[in-house]
Amino acid sequence: MTIKVEDTLFSNRYVVDSGRAHIKVKPHTIPSPALLALTRVCPAHCYELNDRGQVEVIADGCLECGTCRIICQDSQDIEWNYPRGGFGVLFKFG
Amino acid sequence: MASAQQPNDKFDVIVIGAGPSGNAAAYVLARGGLRVLQLERGEYPGSKNVQGAILYANALEQIIPDFRDDAPLERHVIEQRIWMLDDKSYVGMNYRSEDFNEERPNRYTIIRAPFDKWFSRKVRDAGATIVCETTVTELIRTEAGRVIGVRTDRDGAVVLADMVIMAEGVNGLVGQRSGLRPELKPDSVALAVKEMHFLPRETIDARFNLKGAEGVVIEAMGTVTDGMVGTAFLYTNQESISVGIGCLVSDFKTGTAAPYELLHRFKTHPAIAPLLEGAEVKEYAAHLIPEGGYNSIPQLYGDGWLIVGDAGQFVNAVHREGSNMAMTSGRLAAELVIKLHRMREPFSSENLAEYHTMLKNSFVMKDLKKYKGIPGFLHSSSKHVFGTYPRLLSQAAQTWFRVDGADKREKERQIVSMMRKDRSFSGLISDAFKLVRAWR
Repeated sequence: MTIKVEDTLFSNRYVVDSGRAHIKVKPHTIPSPALLALTRVCPAHCYELNDRGQVEVIADGCLECGTCRIICQDSQDIEWNYPRGGFGVLFKFG
Repeated sequence: MASAQQPNDKFDVIVIGAGPSGNAAAYVLARGGLRVLQLERGEYPGSKNVQGAILYANALEQIIPDFRDDAPLERHVIEQRIWMLDDKSYVGMNYRSEDFNEERPNRYTIIRAPFDKWFSRKVRDAGATIVCETTVTELIRTEAGRVIGVRTDRDGAVVLADMVIMAEGVNGLVGQRSGLRPELKPDSVALAVKEMHFLPRETIDARFNLKGAEGVVIEAMGTVTDGMVGTAFLYTNQESISVGIGCLVSDFKTGTAAPYELLHRFKTHPAIAPLLEGAEVKEYAAHLIPEGGYNSIPQLYGDGWLIVGDAGQFVNAVHREGSNMAMTSGRLAAELVIKLHRMREPFSSENLAEYHTMLKNSFVMKDLKKYKGIPGFLHSSSKHVFGTYPRLLSQAAQTWFRVDGADKREKERQIVSMMRKDRSFSGLISDAFKLVRAWR
């Protein structure tokens, strides 16, 4: 089943903090199983494999749930912070 | 303690976060005459908050007795449906009663952004200072470890107070990075995704057989979560339907499905699809729910600090209760702080320990303690509880209700033999035994 989450994300409201990503993937050659799992588990599909087989994050559509931080807590693959105050997803309904 | 002589930038209490627990705490504190600063990272209170959402009146009544006069409530719940799904069917229990059409209804559906804005206006009117678009980055502590304030992301500005209440929600980064609480464990937290589906009010009334402000909630579990520990929900609002599904993060991690695939599967289930048909989706949200229960509750107090709400893991996953526990923990924390303030007692760990006692004497800890075995039971039996049993129930019901020339004794034999085939008697008995033990 291929269900595109990107179409749904368009209905959300975001204030993107350009140039200040609040999530960073640490440099790696081969992704850990936890990091790889994020390409499937992230509910906003922020994580993708690039053509060199590494996991990249584009956090513009991030829903700030925190799942990726919890999954990667042992492997320490990512750096996770809240966006600066006022930035990020702004739920109209929540 | 604070007095009129102190500089303006010193507060009695700083509350981190403007969700149900933070608002409850800030409101009660401000009404008690304390100087309260509430910091919220969203553009407005509610903009970072996600919930199903059901409001349990009792917890809010104890804080704002006349909340029904102006709170943005959607519908009061007159019918609860609990469904076990397999791929094509549901077996369920519906309970609907005219008694729920009472003058002061017990449960309401709400939409969190407008509700939180309303609650926050009450906090402001009570006299608290609310600053939004400000993320707290760390606690300020003395060398002895006593919390005396916070640092924010507004040019690193520091604000001091006698006491900090952490109402920062499930992720609880401030408490965590200050070493006051551990990181969440994947098997004690659920990831839920949710969509808001808009339909005309009359359409919702007709599809759910409702009039006026009556509402229906559906909680469902079964094969839709693919054997993972999780539940789905559908709540009727005035002109929208909240529909969502959540599973344990540990199950997502090792599973094969994406969260929005599960949501899609639920939305397209033959029992659900007709209820949502033609709706316009206006938002997609995701949020973590702390579901580890009693055994996952962190240390809740210390010198100069208290933890309330989701940050303290106050969620009863079995009964889908959390916001009521959040509000109650926020209120109890505030009541203790007011008491100590009036007695001119320090906010020491020793004095704040009473917060734990207050929680223990309330439904919050009593209920969490009652169900402390449930997370473990669901883990050990998830494949059956979220796969085998819903399928068996559906097959049994179908065998029983289909009139096809087979005699009734033969039908009973068929049902027993299908149970035996999919789950041995000893397995059934062992699951039943484990469930009863966890439930008691």
